[in-house]
Amino acid sequence: MLLSEPFVPRESQRLIIGPDSHPVLHRHVRLRRDEIRGKWVILAPEKVLWPDEISVEILSRCTGKISVATLSQDLAKAYDAPADQVEADVIEFLQEWADRLLIRTEETPS
Amino acid sequence: MTRILAPLGILAELTHRCPLQCGYCSNPLELLKANRELSTGDWISTFRQAASLGVLQVHLSGGEPTLRKDLDQIIACLAENGIYSNLITAGVSFSREDLSRFRQAGLDHIQISFQGALPETTELVGHLKGAHEKKRAAAGWAVDLGLPLTINAPIHKLNIHEVPDFVALALELGAERLEIANVQYYGWAHLNRAALLPSYDAVMAQVEYVHDIRERLTGILNIDFVTPDYYADYPKPCMGGWGADAMAITPDGQVLPCHAAQTISSLTFDRVTEKSLSEIWHHSDAFNRYRGDSWMPETCRSCERKDIDFGGCRCQAFAVTGSAAETDPACIKSPYHAHLRKMPAEGPIQRRVIGKSPQPA
Ligand code: SF4
Ligand code: SF4
Repeated sequence: MLLSEPFVPRESQRLIIGPDSHPVLHRHVRLRRDEIRGKWVILAPEKVLWPDEISVEILSRCTGKISVATLSQDLAKAYDAPADQVEADVIEFLQEWADRLLIRTEETPS
Repeated sequence: MTRILAPLGILAELTHRCPLQCGYCSNPLELLKANRELSTGDWISTFRQAASLGVLQVHLSGGEPTLRKDLDQIIACLAENGIYSNLITAGVSFSREDLSRFRQAGLDHIQISFQGALPETTELVGHLKGAHEKKRAAAGWAVDLGLPLTINAPIHKLNIHEVPDFVALALELGAERLEIANVQYYGWAHLNRAALLPSYDAVMAQVEYVHDIRERLTGILNIDFVTPDYYADYPKPCMGGWGADAMAITPDGQVLPCHAAQTISSLTFDRVTEKSLSEIWHHSDAFNRYRGDSWMPETCRSCERKDIDFGGCRCQAFAVTGSAAETDPACIKSPYHAHLRKMPAEGPIQRRVIGKSPQPA
């Protein structure tokens, strides 16, 4: 079998999450409340995920309208936690979700 | 008694009709004609019951689901009930306008199968002229309409060398996800297994390639890999276990614990037209027969992997050993492990045709 590198179109490069990114759920991803199980659920093709409370706090703020920095400050206030630590955790979390193509980013409004 | 949890997903086979004739089709050997199919009302009532039972995802499949004239009504019903809808299609039998209607009705995701990464292979496997170009067009419409797209590639001897081309195709078409799914050998695929099973070397090269490329395309393309198990030491897990969180419904409304369960001729199934979905989920014999671990042979029941693979595939156990309650012969601990690779003489691939049962090889 040939092991050549496939051609990757330029618009699809790996996304790197930083403080200025404006994260939003990918269009194939839905976050909803499951009333029957009393839990939040993430639905994606062939995937059902059960995010914990803090993940839901982050994901429900991923509207594409606020930056990771703002989102993190928000959370830090709500949880009375150190802002820079929260931001680092949020970036790590969102990077993992971006790598799984669950999160994308809105172009920073200029 | 095994505790029965709420179901999460349904594979709804809306019809057995299909413009393609793939030799590994997961439909039963006896295909149903259109006059046996459930009505629109039956499907809608079923999906409403499903939502209140806890179902979160429905895969609309077939045959070719877009041959149902009421597909938009069915999609709209799923959307109203908050169910994530996934259309599993061959992508050769609808127009851009149809797709736009499905989208407006609330379709969440589309999965288009490609029998080959190259036009010749797609035609060779599916037996429909011009299919490849139609599929490419359908994928293009999906992307244009903002509909998330998965490319599904069923892999076997005739196309295993095209796996890298499938990756290139998925990237070119702008898919979010590529499913490289090695054909599983029951039903039609079991009948045609001698002509479809790739060689050991081809399978190993594929596994290595996919693991590597998946890593390199992290964050660019999701690659889901359904591994082949004919050459493995342990079986693939049977979903989350038999009757654990999913079910399949046939075009005539029979509710199955697994889409291939009809190959197990010792099972009988209840119908949505005769009983409520809840009653079937909780009490149907077909579901309870292999739930949990009390049905397992000692080999599995005492095995530390039983919560990982649930004893493997019931359908494969039946196809190879004649008993669905055996350890999956893909498992190295199965006394039938060697039988798995014994092939009948290789003949021409038998194609699915409605109203005609094939001759077993
Ligand atoms: S013995 Fe049964 S449970 Fe153990 S690995 Fe084999 S199939 Fe799985
Ligand atoms: S019984 Fe086999 S075919 Fe059916 S879901 Fe389990 S693994 Fe899949």
